[in-house]
Amino acid sequence: MATQKKSARINRNERRRFLRTLVYGAGIIGASLLGFVPVLARWKQRVRPPGALKEQDFLASCIKCGQCVQVCPVSAIHLADMDEGFGIGSPFIDTRNQACDFSCDGLQCVLACPTGALTHEINYPAETDMGVARVVGEQRCLAVMGRGFSGQARGASFTGRLRYDEVDRWNPIPVRDHPYDLELCDLCVRQCPIEIRIAQCEAGKPPSGDRNQCPPRHAIRLDAIASDDGLTHRRPVILDGCVGCGVCDMICPADPGVFVIDSSRSREVAA
Amino acid sequence: MNYLLRSVAVLLGADPKKPAPGDYSEEAKALHALQKGDRNRIEQIHIEIEHKAAHKQPEKWRRRRWTVLVLVNLLFVLSYQLDIQMLEGALTASRFIGFHMADLNSALQVMLAYKQVLINLMIGTGTVLVFWWLLGGRTFCSWVCPYHLVAEWAEMAHDYLARKKIVTDHPFDRRVRTVFWLIFALLAFVTGYTVFETISPTGILSRALIYGPGLGLLWVAILLLFEIFYSKRAWCRYACPIGLTYGLVGATSPLKVTYNLATCFHEAECKKVCEVPHVLDMVVKGRATRSDLFVGADCTHCGRCVDACPTNSLNLEFKGLGRLLK
Repeated sequence: MATQKKSARINRNERRRFLRTLVYGAGIIGASLLGFVPVLARWKQRVRPPGALKEQDFLASCIKCGQCVQVCPVSAIHLADMDEGFGIGSPFIDTRNQACDFSCDGLQCVLACPTGALTHEINYPAETDMGVARVVGEQRCLAVMGRGFSGQARGASFTGRLRYDEVDRWNPIPVRDHPYDLELCDLCVRQCPIEIRIAQCEAGKPPSGDRNQCPPRHAIRLDAIASDDGLTHRRPVILDGCVGCGVCDMICPADPGVFVIDSSRSREVAA
Repeated sequence: MNYLLRSVAVLLGADPKKPAPGDYSEEAKALHALQKGDRNRIEQIHIEIEHKAAHKQPEKWRRRRWTVLVLVNLLFVLSYQLDIQMLEGALTASRFIGFHMADLNSALQVMLAYKQVLINLMIGTGTVLVFWWLLGGRTFCSWVCPYHLVAEWAEMAHDYLARKKIVTDHPFDRRVRTVFWLIFALLAFVTGYTVFETISPTGILSRALIYGPGLGLLWVAILLLFEIFYSKRAWCRYACPIGLTYGLVGATSPLKVTYNLATCFHEAECKKVCEVPHVLDMVVKGRATRSDLFVGADCTHCGRCVDACPTNSLNLEFKGLGRLLK
């Protein structure tokens, strides 16, 4: 009798433990699958570092270690938080605050990536495809209004950095330490890393003396707008050489900026 | 060989079994018979245990282990924050003075999700595999994993509340960890995303330490509260696929906790402190089939049993090198 009671109790305990385990299992797996929601709902469209594979492949192959973050000379790369679901720990660039200006020339993040989520098949800035810039606030553009710009491009409190070759080839400096004085604002074109390289190549001085660094196509230019107020008006036009680095977005003194960076169509479509 | 397979079965969730009468060596039989009579010695041990309980000594191995754990994670943090570049990356993948390292489970998730064998990753995975095979597999858990440390603190809180009868432990079926391992592998393959990484407290904590805190810490807090108030050490014991992977790697490792039947008086002090007490089944009176045995694959080599044993019958040993540091 006593042993029967005892074994009934053991059975009941085991059944409870089994049910408890099922709930625990469902809870953990369920929690992990919640990671699907931000990815499928596309809560955040992120600009990825140079060389990032197509988004689905990128998230699959990224091991979420942040080695790309550590090597970036301008600290442009950040890691996504848990609210990005399966994207947790994956690197992205917030271009308005700190764009990738290719100060490293050699794509350090690509070299650092242990899995090839940032593909090792590219070597030069012009080969990257982080996205493409788009003009969204033409009405705010100083050049469109025919205005110049003088002072700190993004104000005194802005911490973003850029490499200015004429200041220091090796060390990026804060944008606020490099004030401008322009008759007509052309910062987006002036600071575009692709346009800078094209100009250097045309002057016979490609970066590091390497002609492979020369971009094959222009990325941005200012087109004249006809007007009768006696001022020069120009409008920024994005060209097919744009790699989505986001420097135009970062440097634009209008507030909010004139540009957004779309993660390019080529990165959207799965392989 | 049989013993090894049994240790892997227990790792995967099987309950330890009472050995068959034929499994015992003559020496073990003799020892089991002998100890029944030694009442004086047993009484002495009880006095020793009481003395130990009254005068708590710091746990030597725990101190060493926490020091190593903090230093390794600190090296990750300083490599980035102070740019000393010794150990770059996070626990999921890193470079140690230039050499690739990749966490086995993270690498597996990536390759299953991406469906390609990545050569760079294989090099890092191989290095880590050999390294942790040498050092005992789940040694990673208790000596490196930052979640293990905070889970130990949660365990202290749980034990305290349990003594006050405010909480009770609700154990789960240990086989669920193997099921988790399989489901997470399957999910990576089917969805094409590294699903487990989303909730891995190891990855979340490692990145939080190095790159700064985030929402992921809320998840870690939920896990810890669950362990304090509901089920002791629930994540490490019943869920973590990283631990299972390293357990498999360490099954044949030369680094082991060894057990000496001749000096053991079956007080089970070791089982009280063990994260995975099923590996210490041989200390139960009459279970040890040989006079010397090693503790099985699920053991994290945390050394708490070594500190707890009143008769020094448990030791951390490296086969061929002998006992490690007293």
